[in-house]
Amino acid sequence: MSDATVSVAPAVTAPGRGLGRLPTPHWTTLLPWVVPVLVLVGWQWASSTGVISAAILPPPTDVVDAARSLWSTGELQSHILVSLRRIAVGFVVGAAIGLAFGFAVGLSRIAEGLFDRTLQMVRALPHLALVPLLIAAFGIGEMPKVLLVTLGVIFPVYLNTVSGIRTVDEKLIQLGRSYGLGRGQLIREVIVPGAMPMILTGIRYALGVAWLTLVIAETIATREGIGYLAQNGRDMLRNERIVLAIVLYAGAGLLADQITRFIEARVLRWNPNYRKAAR
Amino acid sequence: MTTARGLVGLELASIGRRYGDNQVLRDLDLTIDPGDFVAILGPSGVGKSTLLRILAGLEEPSSGTMTPIGDVPAGGPTARMMFQEDRLLPWKSVLDNVALGTKGQRDKAAELLAQVGLAGREKAWPAELSGGQRQRVALARALMHRPDVLLLDEPFGALDAITRVTMQQLLESILAEHPRTVLLVTHDVEEALVLADRVLLLTPQGITRDLRVPQARPRHRGDAQLAAWKEELLDGLLEADRAVHAATGS
Repeated sequence: MSDATVSVAPAVTAPGRGLGRLPTPHWTTLLPWVVPVLVLVGWQWASSTGVISAAILPPPTDVVDAARSLWSTGELQSHILVSLRRIAVGFVVGAAIGLAFGFAVGLSRIAEGLFDRTLQMVRALPHLALVPLLIAAFGIGEMPKVLLVTLGVIFPVYLNTVSGIRTVDEKLIQLGRSYGLGRGQLIREVIVPGAMPMILTGIRYALGVAWLTLVIAETIATREGIGYLAQNGRDMLRNERIVLAIVLYAGAGLLADQITRFIEARVLRWNPNYRKAAR
Repeated sequence: MTTARGLVGLELASIGRRYGDNQVLRDLDLTIDPGDFVAILGPSGVGKSTLLRILAGLEEPSSGTMTPIGDVPAGGPTARMMFQEDRLLPWKSVLDNVALGTKGQRDKAAELLAQVGLAGREKAWPAELSGGQRQRVALARALMHRPDVLLLDEPFGALDAITRVTMQQLLESILAEHPRTVLLVTHDVEEALVLADRVLLLTPQGITRDLRVPQARPRHRGDAQLAAWKEELLDGLLEADRAVHAATGS
């Protein structure tokens, strides 16, 4: 029995540290940044020497200048805020609907019979194809843009929630039952945590779809938002604003992805595959 | 952790279980005395695990009756099952796994963890433990509910030889302290003979061997009588195995 009292080091070692991989020295943490920095430097060099026409692809310094001047007038902040609001409202509403239907269908045969077929049919519609219809129905205000994001978010969340619930290990559910868990407890303590990795994957994917949808939605007659910045830049032949808008979209998408990764690492910290991401 | 209540046994009368055309258990009569440790040996597919699942209430028998005997508690006897896989919830800490299905008894859970030799590991995730340690947690979890009947479905079958012996000794010492009725399904004849008061050989014909093992505990694995029985039971197992294969044509 003595072996059990010895404090055992965590049995889980970081994946990728096994055979065939040498311990990595410190400076390698900088490696991922080498290529982006080189690209940036190359871009600056190419457009300031005229290899690439600065009228089409302005150098990074021009983009930074544009950002600075728009920031000082407060325009940039308000555009970003408007876009963030569209994403936030559309995403939250869409995710809530997707989760609600996902849980209902995943947990109840009746709900599955009632909704699943319909939702699968609606899913077959490419939501971006609805743009003209939404404009016809709701005009060019905030409504069609937010609604489009919502539609884009519902299905990835719904599908992943349903299959997350379906794929919870049957043996664990059986165990929970035989150890006296009621239906509510079983859902809370076994099914939801078991489905969580897939649900979070769905949410992360949905965030990507949401930003993509917003880019399209914001090209519909807008007067504010990051998309407007790009449209406006094109109309005024100020390509540095278009590039700025692209960079903003990219940065926002990246940030959203980082946030969900962080949440995954927290919520799924029991899972060795996610724990390494927490560091 | 003293069990104030008495011991419960079970009387099974013509228990049968069929899945469609497949009759897994047929007219099984068996009386398990209160406090007895019964090991069940038998070839695969003969219905050993099915029997445990019926006793655990995870399945209904297609026919027959089960009657608790002995000092039966008011709400009927409780049974808890331990499986070959640990079936720990990976998203719960070791302590919360032991306390599963109970309320406000974390102190007791910690005490049980200490008993199975895992003091200080309460906050660890199951993924951080070795296979043997995880089975210790599963054992503590099964004991947490103070079941009248402990059902063990090849609980040590997936462990390496040394860990298996360690776990057998742990189980023996815990049962010495907290006696209860135990049913163990195993493929390991030696495990059955070392641990059980009574060893049954279950074959398609029913219980073909019913052996009392009176040797005092802890038992010596090299005991001449145990060795003789081991030989005999192995022969019985092989014969039954051939019969099963002949019947299924495989």
